[in-house]
Amino acid sequence: MTDSSLDPIIICQDVHKWFDDFHALRGINMEVKKGEVVVIFGPSGSGKSTFIRTLNRLEEHQRGRIVVDDIELSHDVRNIERIRMETGMVFQQFNLFPHLTVLQNITLAPIWVRKWPKDKAEKVGMELLERVGIPEQAQKFPGQLSGGQQQRVAIARALAMQPKIMLFDEPTSALDPEMIKEVLDAMIDLAKSGMTMLVVTHEMGFARAVADKMYFFDFGKIVESGTPDDIFKNPKEDRTKLFLSQILQH
Amino acid sequence: MSSAQVTEEVIRPPQPPGPVKWVQDNLFNNWFNSLLTVILLPVVFFALVNVILWVFTTADWRPVTKFPMLFAVGQYPREELWRVGVGLSSIILMLGASWGKWGGLLRSISIATGIFFAFFTVLPVQHPALDLSMRLYLGLNVLLLLFGNWIGQKKTVKGSYIVIGWAIVPFMFVFLLTGLEGSEFIPSVATTFWGGLLVTFLLSAGGIILSFPIGLLLALGRRSTLPVVKVFSTIMIEGIRGVPLITILFMFSIILALFLPADSRIDRLVRALMAVTFFSAAYTAENVRGGLAAVPNGQIEAAKAVGMNGFQTMLFIVLPQAIRAVLPAIVGQFIALFKDTTLVVIVGINDLLGIGRSVINSDPEFVQLQMEVYIFIAVIYWIFSYLMSLASNRLEAAMGIRTRL
Repeated sequence: MTDSSLDPIIICQDVHKWFDDFHALRGINMEVKKGEVVVIFGPSGSGKSTFIRTLNRLEEHQRGRIVVDDIELSHDVRNIERIRMETGMVFQQFNLFPHLTVLQNITLAPIWVRKWPKDKAEKVGMELLERVGIPEQAQKFPGQLSGGQQQRVAIARALAMQPKIMLFDEPTSALDPEMIKEVLDAMIDLAKSGMTMLVVTHEMGFARAVADKMYFFDFGKIVESGTPDDIFKNPKEDRTKLFLSQILQH
Repeated sequence: MSSAQVTEEVIRPPQPPGPVKWVQDNLFNNWFNSLLTVILLPVVFFALVNVILWVFTTADWRPVTKFPMLFAVGQYPREELWRVGVGLSSIILMLGASWGKWGGLLRSISIATGIFFAFFTVLPVQHPALDLSMRLYLGLNVLLLLFGNWIGQKKTVKGSYIVIGWAIVPFMFVFLLTGLEGSEFIPSVATTFWGGLLVTFLLSAGGIILSFPIGLLLALGRRSTLPVVKVFSTIMIEGIRGVPLITILFMFSIILALFLPADSRIDRLVRALMAVTFFSAAYTAENVRGGLAAVPNGQIEAAKAVGMNGFQTMLFIVLPQAIRAVLPAIVGQFIALFKDTTLVVIVGINDLLGIGRSVINSDPEFVQLQMEVYIFIAVIYWIFSYLMSLASNRLEAAMGIRTRL
């Protein structure tokens, strides 16, 4: 899946972030190439969610630089909006718009941000719903769907903007166990299609199946990184070994 | 997954108890409830009988029936009455079209209105106000209602056309009522001649329509990060909410006139409208602000993440959810505004209540009959307040479907 001849699409250099006095990110360096699937894991409070949210400016970094698709994240509002058009995000709590139908959730941004005609947006929206396997739910409201279906709608909504990068912030953590699989299947399908993906998750099965690279976060730093083989078979750091033993045991 | 595949014995829910069983279970289930029922049933019965007897025999409705046009339009020149008629008929036509397009509560309102007009068209009584031309006009309105319904049902007439029609009608109505200076056809009529239900409706409808956007802007302003906007909005809201409506009415009616040069006097009805509008806007703003606070942050993040700008996020994501959350409170505020317009009597405007008082004072005999006048006015207020309440319920139900489960 990796095409190493391509330039990195995401570059992070020495990224720092404070919440008041709390030092949440302490110098993150990362490069992601086009088409790579990156899994970020670590204990809660390790800064992994904060980090992924800095990539589309839902959180502002205070030191270092972030370049996404050749656009440097700065205070320039236009830059931020351009980057947000190129990155889709899927949230832990789905965050679907409850007052709009499933199809309207998906077509709203393409119509108003990408300025597509309504017909085109709806056609693309229905194709995406087919892809995540729930075209029959198009006219329902999010509150009428199960958690797994809602999260698949959220994936379709993010894809409708035809982003170059997809960010997943613990996409399965709020789901019942029997619904996790349907969401992971949609994500695996997406990974195989060549989408650049950054996924914060504890689903190690997913990481093993499709990840090109894994990063272990703790205390706002990258403790260890490598291919899934490196991480699962010979983790170098004690902290990584301990964490993996805890989450793989049950 | 579907339950149709499961072939099990179908178990029906138990039947609800019949009326006799219900009375036994709830009104006579023990000695105390039985005693209460035995005592209260006659009380309720006699109260009801007395009210009905009073309304149909004892009460003298002459003060109400003698000057129906006075209650309807006040002192509006009788030879210019056709202008009110045309305005009313255009509203009737729009109502009919909306009934044809959307049905629901509009259907019930249309049918009730139609029956009301038809009833007075054929009412077999002799009354100077109910002459042949008036009867023809009332009958024409019934036809207009049905004609509107026919138009509204046409596929080629889009809902947006009807909305545009509703937006034009109020301006046309007010323009017709005011007239043009020096015009032969529609000479101007000073607002001092306007009165009755006409003024009550103008003030409330105007207040509701204008205060909503102003309230919305104030609510957004109070949450703004720009200090000037925030401070201005907060001062407006708290300043208005801190004083009674009557103070604001006096302020706009008397003090405002003192500050402005004599030749740029604002019409007194417009000043009263401004007062009720700003008063209502301050309360609407606080209601909307509550709704804005109820929209989860995740919604805003999701909107930003798909690339929407601040304005789009507010318009498509935050405001619809905020208003939906506080719709009952906002409608409650509008009902309060409708009833509060009675206070304009104090600054010399003859709204429905003002006309009622002048009718009572017009004849020594009528002073004895003020109960009848006030009850008549109260019933009118109740009907329209209840209609607003019903409309609010229907609207909530229509929006609530989307939040089910």
